[in-house]
Amino acid sequence: MSLPAHLTAPVLWTMAAVLAALALATALAARRRARDPEGARELWLRVRSWWVMVAVFAVAVLLGPRASIVFLAFVSYLALKEYLSLIPTRRADRRVLFWAYLAIPVQYWWVADAWYGMFVIFIPVYMFLLLPARMVLAGETRGFLRAAGTLHWGLMSTVFALSHAAYLLALPPEGNPAGGRAGLLLYLVLLTELNDVAQYVWGRLLGRRPVVPRVSPRKTLEGLAGGVATTVVLAVLLAPWLTPLAPLEALGAGLLIGLGGFAGDVTLSAVKRDIGVKDSGTLIPGHGGVLDRVDSLTYAAPLFFHYVVYLHY
Amino acid sequence: MSSTCTTEADGPAPLAQALFFALVVRPLVLVVLGLNVRGRERLPRRGPAVLVANHNSHLDTLILMSLYPLRALRRLRPAAAADYFLRTRWLAWFARRVMGIVPVARGAARGADPLAGAEAALARGEILILYPEGTRGEPERLARFKGGVARLAERHPQVPFHPVYIHGAGKALPKGEALLVPFFCDVLVGEPLRWNGSRRAFREALEARMRALAAEGGFPPWE
Repeated sequence: MSLPAHLTAPVLWTMAAVLAALALATALAARRRARDPEGARELWLRVRSWWVMVAVFAVAVLLGPRASIVFLAFVSYLALKEYLSLIPTRRADRRVLFWAYLAIPVQYWWVADAWYGMFVIFIPVYMFLLLPARMVLAGETRGFLRAAGTLHWGLMSTVFALSHAAYLLALPPEGNPAGGRAGLLLYLVLLTELNDVAQYVWGRLLGRRPVVPRVSPRKTLEGLAGGVATTVVLAVLLAPWLTPLAPLEALGAGLLIGLGGFAGDVTLSAVKRDIGVKDSGTLIPGHGGVLDRVDSLTYAAPLFFHYVVYLHY
Repeated sequence: MSSTCTTEADGPAPLAQALFFALVVRPLVLVVLGLNVRGRERLPRRGPAVLVANHNSHLDTLILMSLYPLRALRRLRPAAAADYFLRTRWLAWFARRVMGIVPVARGAARGADPLAGAEAALARGEILILYPEGTRGEPERLARFKGGVARLAERHPQVPFHPVYIHGAGKALPKGEALLVPFFCDVLVGEPLRWNGSRRAFREALEARMRALAAEGGFPPWE
């Protein structure tokens, strides 16, 4: 049997392993739920949402790079919309926000077109210059700097940073014989999400000393260390299957994803605390909003992308 | 539907309505915008009942009607200004047959009952959607309620009035704008209220409940 060009056997095996792990987690959650339905409610919702997210992501990856890029563009759209709905925006900037949304299809077009030079400057340079200029046309100066700053921060996190995950699909597949086109994206997303879960589980098991008590009091040093260690081990184990990374390089990738993921998580926590909300939304039952789910990725994706490109492309 | 139900000649056309909502309204409201609904279980499942909502945008009606399954659409009747929605033949067809509005004659002559259509809908056991601010007004600001809602409650003391506060629609598509800018919209459904014996007290109780819902959301002002 021959596979379509964008998929390799290790990619399919990894996806199968994820489904098996999720089935196991579901069985464990079901047991807890049988004993204590109220106490396990949140966990149960969370596991159910994982099934939906894994299914949607898996289908996008199986359908091929185009579908995956469209899917990630849609994730950016949901994340940016959540961000713009959360922050105070100015009435005068309504149409400016429309331009900000337009940056999403354009940015992901550069990805699909594999135009790296444009991809990497479009938002940090051109959107950075264009949006404030458009805001000037609206004429409202009160709160100008705050509005321009918050808007650009949102675009950088939810569109520019996340689109790096998509650009992994545009890298030449010859550079990654084991994982093919989809291998690096799967590696990044899987490790980032597992890192979130591992930090949470280690924190629940051993957590004592808070790391950033004023921002996120439930994040502990033990959770962070346990999570990063787990991620590093998995990164080294999975690297030969999905990436061109040598073991030592994979160790670095694991550290980058583990620590970067943590930084993304607490950065969004700080933003939410500033605004005064607990979750960024209600779209994903048990998890919160889309931003709550992709916050780690906003740091992990660009860091991992440039690391891999520097080493192998 | 029971055989005792009366119907009207120019009520909603079920097929056109279901198609429009399935293909246009739901993707628009649930995907392009997106809803955060609080208190969905408090929505009345059957009529006669009234949904009392704040009104900042044409999206409001689409959002409220998206809270119900497709098969319940024809029982949902937005009360809408006749002078605005019936001004051309095509708009009138769309408003009546697809949106299922019951027309309200704003500024009607003395003696004429502007709420006759709304009363008939309640008599048919339908769920009426009412915007007591009377117009869409300033985006994301709650205006004083007009008297019609209290008069309606007085004449239908058994009918529950469910306050629903919508936030975000006025940012996405305010009055006078044709360009839609996506925002997540929040919908907060409150406990229902029934006629309490005085028009003024009823209106004030309803306004207070609406303000409480808005405060519960804790939305920053939009300026």
